[in-house]
Amino acid sequence: MNQISRRAALTGAAAVIVALRLPGAAAQEVKLPGALSHTPMLNGWLKLEANGHVTVYTGKGELGQGIRTALLQIASEQLDIPMAQITLIGPDTKLTPNEGYTSGSLSMKDSGTAILNASAELRAMLVQAASAKLAVSAGSLATEAGFVVAADGRRVGYGDLVSAIDLDRKAASGTVLKDPATHRVMGKPVHRVDIPAKVTGGAAYVQDMRLPGMVHARMIRPPHYGATLLSLDTAATETVPGLIRIVRDGSFLAVIAKGEWQAVQAMRLLAEGAKWSAGTPLPAQADIFKIIRGLASNDTVILDKKADLPANSRSLSASYRRPYGMHGAIGPSCAVGLMDGDQLTVWTHTQGVYPDRAAIADLLKMPPANVRLIHVEGSGCYGHNGADDAAADAAMLARALPGKPVRVQWMRDQENTWEPFTPAMVTEVSAALDANGKIVDWQYGVWSNTHSNRPGNGARLLASWHIAEPLKPQPPTAIPQPEGGGDRNGIPLYDIPRAKVTSHFVPEEKLRVSAMRGLGAYTNVFTIESFMDELAQAAGADPVAFRLAHLSDPRARDVINLAADKFGWNTQASLPQGHGRGFAFARYKNLAAYLAIALEISVSPETGEVRLIRAEVAIDSGQAVAIDGIVNQTQGGVIQSASWTLFEQVMFEPAGITSRDWRGYPILRFNAVPEQVNVHVIDRPGAPFLGTGEAAAGPTAAALANALAHATKLRLRELPLTAARVKAAMQG
Amino acid sequence: MIALTINGAEHKLDIDPNTPLLYALRDDLELNAAKFGCGLGQCGACTVIVDNAAVYSCLLPVSALENRKIRTLESLGTIDRPGALQQAFIDEQAAQCGYCIAGMIMRAQALLETNASPSDAEIRAHMQTNLCRCGTHLRIIAAVKRAAAMGGITRPRAELASPTQGVVR
Ligand code: FES
Ligand code: FES
Repeated sequence: MNQISRRAALTGAAAVIVALRLPGAAAQEVKLPGALSHTPMLNGWLKLEANGHVTVYTGKGELGQGIRTALLQIASEQLDIPMAQITLIGPDTKLTPNEGYTSGSLSMKDSGTAILNASAELRAMLVQAASAKLAVSAGSLATEAGFVVAADGRRVGYGDLVSAIDLDRKAASGTVLKDPATHRVMGKPVHRVDIPAKVTGGAAYVQDMRLPGMVHARMIRPPHYGATLLSLDTAATETVPGLIRIVRDGSFLAVIAKGEWQAVQAMRLLAEGAKWSAGTPLPAQADIFKIIRGLASNDTVILDKKADLPANSRSLSASYRRPYGMHGAIGPSCAVGLMDGDQLTVWTHTQGVYPDRAAIADLLKMPPANVRLIHVEGSGCYGHNGADDAAADAAMLARALPGKPVRVQWMRDQENTWEPFTPAMVTEVSAALDANGKIVDWQYGVWSNTHSNRPGNGARLLASWHIAEPLKPQPPTAIPQPEGGGDRNGIPLYDIPRAKVTSHFVPEEKLRVSAMRGLGAYTNVFTIESFMDELAQAAGADPVAFRLAHLSDPRARDVINLAADKFGWNTQASLPQGHGRGFAFARYKNLAAYLAIALEISVSPETGEVRLIRAEVAIDSGQAVAIDGIVNQTQGGVIQSASWTLFEQVMFEPAGITSRDWRGYPILRFNAVPEQVNVHVIDRPGAPFLGTGEAAAGPTAAALANALAHATKLRLRELPLTAARVKAAMQG
Repeated sequence: MIALTINGAEHKLDIDPNTPLLYALRDDLELNAAKFGCGLGQCGACTVIVDNAAVYSCLLPVSALENRKIRTLESLGTIDRPGALQQAFIDEQAAQCGYCIAGMIMRAQALLETNASPSDAEIRAHMQTNLCRCGTHLRIIAAVKRAAAMGGITRPRAELASPTQGVVR
């Protein structure tokens, strides 16, 4: 298939979306599974070559979560072809389907499901074609390692059937998948395909790209939000050997040099020569929760269950808070741009090549068709960090220096002070228990900025903030339920007869914010699961039994029982002095993976330091494809959440962000790594994929706070649970 | 001209003597493994071994490194023939994004060359300088232990004979 017909396939997909939205039309169309629903053409996903090689196209990017391996496993399984015979092409606006963003733990649900069904359909087509060729019934044929095999032993390679296969058509509905009992690759131990290069120094990241003639750029950012460039002395910078260009557009300022170190030196000298206005003062950090709670909000009631309140019920209430948090990838954001005539290419670790392309085209006032974005992996991605902005920087700089690939990488302080943070949040909850210790009422409110300022329009790119003629800013919007943004997981999954949940969306932003792993679910689950323990205590109930008493969903009960079991949960058992145990559960987004965690901590009486010792985690992500991938991501999710929960908050003062490096933004190091994080995967063969990446964040936070309450009798409701804060609480 | 001995081979580089080793490795020698993370000695993504000690290559100017023996992750093995620690990281699937891993392996290599069977506490203490944001720590510790248990982590012969052993400061 050539480029043109591939593109036609992808454009055709867009046309189908339009058709489906016409009134009345939707009823006749059967909704295809996963991302086939918006990209139904089979050649959008698959290509078969005469040599039997298969190419699979995905719009979801490798972010360190191992998705490439899982998608290859799916295609290999359903096609009956070795993984080595498959090439997987990742997000590229010229080649792959538009799958929006790689986010929300949706890659398996969207892309995985599409590739699952498309691959199964191609295998069925191959069997049909072989049946005609061999003149035997399709039912008598089997497939094996890239061949269709007849009962009499005759074999036809997939490549030999290529002329009979037409993938330029829409996927059928109701494609029959393999019986999970016969799986040989899905759900079986498979090593990740990307790890060998990563441990041996292969070129694995956008940071490792070296294009012929490539030059290096560095940004000079304003000292803080709202500061504009008043004057610029370039004399010292101009003496730097290798300097190619100083690029300025308003307050957008950069240097391009032949060598990378030369660019760094030029950046430093130019920063000294730049005078900036004072900019927008930030609020005092100590006031931030009061401010968030007090700002105007757009309120939406997302749950309203009415019932009478029993007369003898007693009620409890509490408020919880989380500060701004940082993605803090170990490698700062990076991109490479190349302007070739009127065609711009940007290699980027963006989560969404298509929306970022739209934004960059908008920023540069170029037709989107002239802009190509290619995803290349970066350092770990935990949400909307500086990736899109760095891509825009590279685009701006490539335009300033046509014909040469320009690589730009941010410095650590630039990443820390300019990346969008996860918003500070406040929750308030009150609940009532009846005489039997059952929850009979639940009133809940959550206050938050948006959790998605992702691009799509150019005004959301940092470069647009700084150029002489910024694009018109777009007002932030809330991600609606059922997925939700600030109110993600705001609705408790528990069976409660009377409940009201209000989402208070706060449009005004004091710091730059956007999406980070789990969005509002981290805070809402922290709140709900902390408060469940408070209620259990008030009811005199065991926290695990109390949850089970309010939960009828059998899959929820299964993860809870499994985590409790593996942990040896027993509230009668005593723990060493200063130790505590904690439990928490959530179903991510209330519609994705189920996860329960039981953990043990120790608390230092001298320093207040909370140390996670052991965690037992049970997760149900639906049908499990890459089981070790689920384990790896869940271990990582627990450890990262422990880091957020115990250590992390973005520090700022009126003059700006002060968390400029790892000293100003401490995260978990080896001395705080738990002894064990054991992950127990409940596989659901044949069930829909539910995703994994974000499921552990919220439950881990609550389980830590619950364990701290168990160890010290102190209920801390504001994150992070730093040693200083715990010590102060212990001293009363 | 700066003469650097990297992975056993001598290289003459016509670069600013103040260039941190990291940039010389990545840009002049086109070695990918050592990574820029902070440039501040706070994260360990840039870790390499100089005269048998794990160091931050982002901080060391090349002018301080003439006559020193520099080793990067690339010296331990290749994708087709991974070295012992590299193999252990593969066996333990000890990476998520993997951006920190080259630094982790080099720091661990320096440990195992002097202490063939470190305790869990020794591993943690030694690795304390290196950050991982993905939370791969437990697998990293497991990989170091696995490599130690397999044995056979030694310095290259040339390094043992090095007349310039010692910690770079
Ligand atoms: S990059 Fe050298 S220590 Fe962070
Ligand atoms: S594996 Fe991503 S930073 Fe360590």
